[in-house]
Amino acid sequence: MSAAISSFFADLASPRSGFRRGLARLVREPLGALGLSLVVLVIFGALFADILTQYDPTRIAPRERFASPGAAHLLGTDQLGRDLFSRILHGSRIALYVALVTTAISLAIGIVLGLLAGYGPRWLDNLLILLFDAVKSFPTVMLALALVTLFGPSLTAVMVVVVLVNVPGYARIIRTQTIALKSSEFVAAAQSMGASAARTLRAHILPNVVGPLMILASMDIPVVIAIEAGMSFLGLGVRPPTPSWGSILNDGFANIRETPWIAVAGGAPIIIVTLGFTFLGETLRDILDPRLKGRS
Amino acid sequence: MTTLAIENLNVAFATDDGTLHALKDVCFEVPSNRITGIVGESGCGKSTLINAILRLLAQNGRVTGGAIRFEGETDLLRLPPERMRALRGARISTVFQDPMGALNPVLSIGRQMVNVQYRSPLPQAEKETRAAEMLEQVRIPDARAALQRYPHQFSGGMKQRIAIAMALMMKPSLLIADEPTTALDATLEVATIELLQDLQKSIGCSVLFISHHLGVIAELCDEVVVMYAGEVVERGSVRQIFNRPRHPYTARLLECDLGRQAKRMRRLPVIAGDLPDLRARPEGCVFAPRCPHAEEQCARPQSERDMGDGHFARCILADATVLQ
Repeated sequence: MSAAISSFFADLASPRSGFRRGLARLVREPLGALGLSLVVLVIFGALFADILTQYDPTRIAPRERFASPGAAHLLGTDQLGRDLFSRILHGSRIALYVALVTTAISLAIGIVLGLLAGYGPRWLDNLLILLFDAVKSFPTVMLALALVTLFGPSLTAVMVVVVLVNVPGYARIIRTQTIALKSSEFVAAAQSMGASAARTLRAHILPNVVGPLMILASMDIPVVIAIEAGMSFLGLGVRPPTPSWGSILNDGFANIRETPWIAVAGGAPIIIVTLGFTFLGETLRDILDPRLKGRS
Repeated sequence: MTTLAIENLNVAFATDDGTLHALKDVCFEVPSNRITGIVGESGCGKSTLINAILRLLAQNGRVTGGAIRFEGETDLLRLPPERMRALRGARISTVFQDPMGALNPVLSIGRQMVNVQYRSPLPQAEKETRAAEMLEQVRIPDARAALQRYPHQFSGGMKQRIAIAMALMMKPSLLIADEPTTALDATLEVATIELLQDLQKSIGCSVLFISHHLGVIAELCDEVVVMYAGEVVERGSVRQIFNRPRHPYTARLLECDLGRQAKRMRRLPVIAGDLPDLRARPEGCVFAPRCPHAEEQCARPQSERDMGDGHFARCILADATVLQ
């Protein structure tokens, strides 16, 4: 069984032959190129945050409080005199880290549970669906509040909430498509040619269900970033003084009339990331669908 | 030599309205290096028979008796699941009715043809070469380039030929073809049948060919098994069945084949009546309710009568000359 599982994931990780061609097509689409450059910009900022900024994001300078954007501070400073440009770049690390790690974990759990529910015995399907519906029935914020009350505010709590919220959606999509494909003729053909359950799932069902899921996941990334920012805004996520876009927004929110640049600095990156990943996701959807191949 | 021998096979399905006896005492043989045809109308148990041979019956289906001997020794029904799985695709291969659905839409043809060889120790490049050779054998033009393409880029006839190539990739000793030409138009049907004949000769396998098209069966097969309502009513060589049918059902079936009608008719010939309810099988002859020659003794269980030279019929009239 463990061999089956490891080969399952080895196959997933194998390089796609069409990757290069896909990238070329992605850049040729205006929306795709825009989305990709926005996403690359944010990732670049996160990776080189230390080089690109001259200030420590947590350095408090009471003399420089509420400095407006200018040469000294590119985007100004907040109520404690901290450099906003530096805080935003460092905040993007938190945002991307939470988004990518939780999405990857949610996808892995969602795919496995979805395949089990769709391909496994009826009782397992019923049990898993009951679980998914139970989790889904909590509003995200309520679930977050409950967990934070139990375990205290932390980055881990944010990530657990996001995984819990995302898994049922992914698993349900995989399950529905697995059930539809289970009775398709090419799956019957694969079985009649000696394919085992693990092989049928890996070689025939997964490639058919994973495309739409990847697109959904790429469009979910901004949602995850918004959840993290929202929880940090409410003081339930990242603890101060660690910079997060949500807590910057909160800082700006208190003084929005006098110093609007703080709120703008917190909100703008959220918008950029949302647009970037959404454009990217939509273009990917068009490219990854083999039935649309050859169409211009 | 026989490749496959079905002995008194019984299959039942558990349904909400009781047990449905889909196959009853099915007996026949698939001789080596020959093409055996199974003919019968929809719902006569052809597909159930295939699934029983492959041991891929639906969850509510169960073999309630009999044996399936493959290559003279093993009873497939008693093999452990892993050994059965190892036979599928390697020694027993299948081609399905719908060429559109039988190929995975998101994988290239080459990837799928290499996938089929996953039990082989050959290196990847070698497997690709073999896949291309196999595509050439089924007359796919520009086979190397075809490997890169996806199923939707081929026509229906080509897809069916690719499916046949895939089924024969591992040189099986038995190919099961489940109405492979039903979804194709008449021109393609002829071409596909000729192709199957050629491939069968060059590979030297046995073929179990399922169809409801009598013309195709007559053209392609050496042996014929006629099924009705889950029973084998008559079996023999193609000549015996088509020239001297001994079961009234076979005789009526032949009469209904328009291709064999010499004179013009205003009405389509039909066999009056419906299939019997398989949940409550008649005790006697299963065709008796629709049979023009039915007699009182048809209500008693009928055994298969040996007409000599491998010709069998399950009818009291088999020896009589009523049908000629």
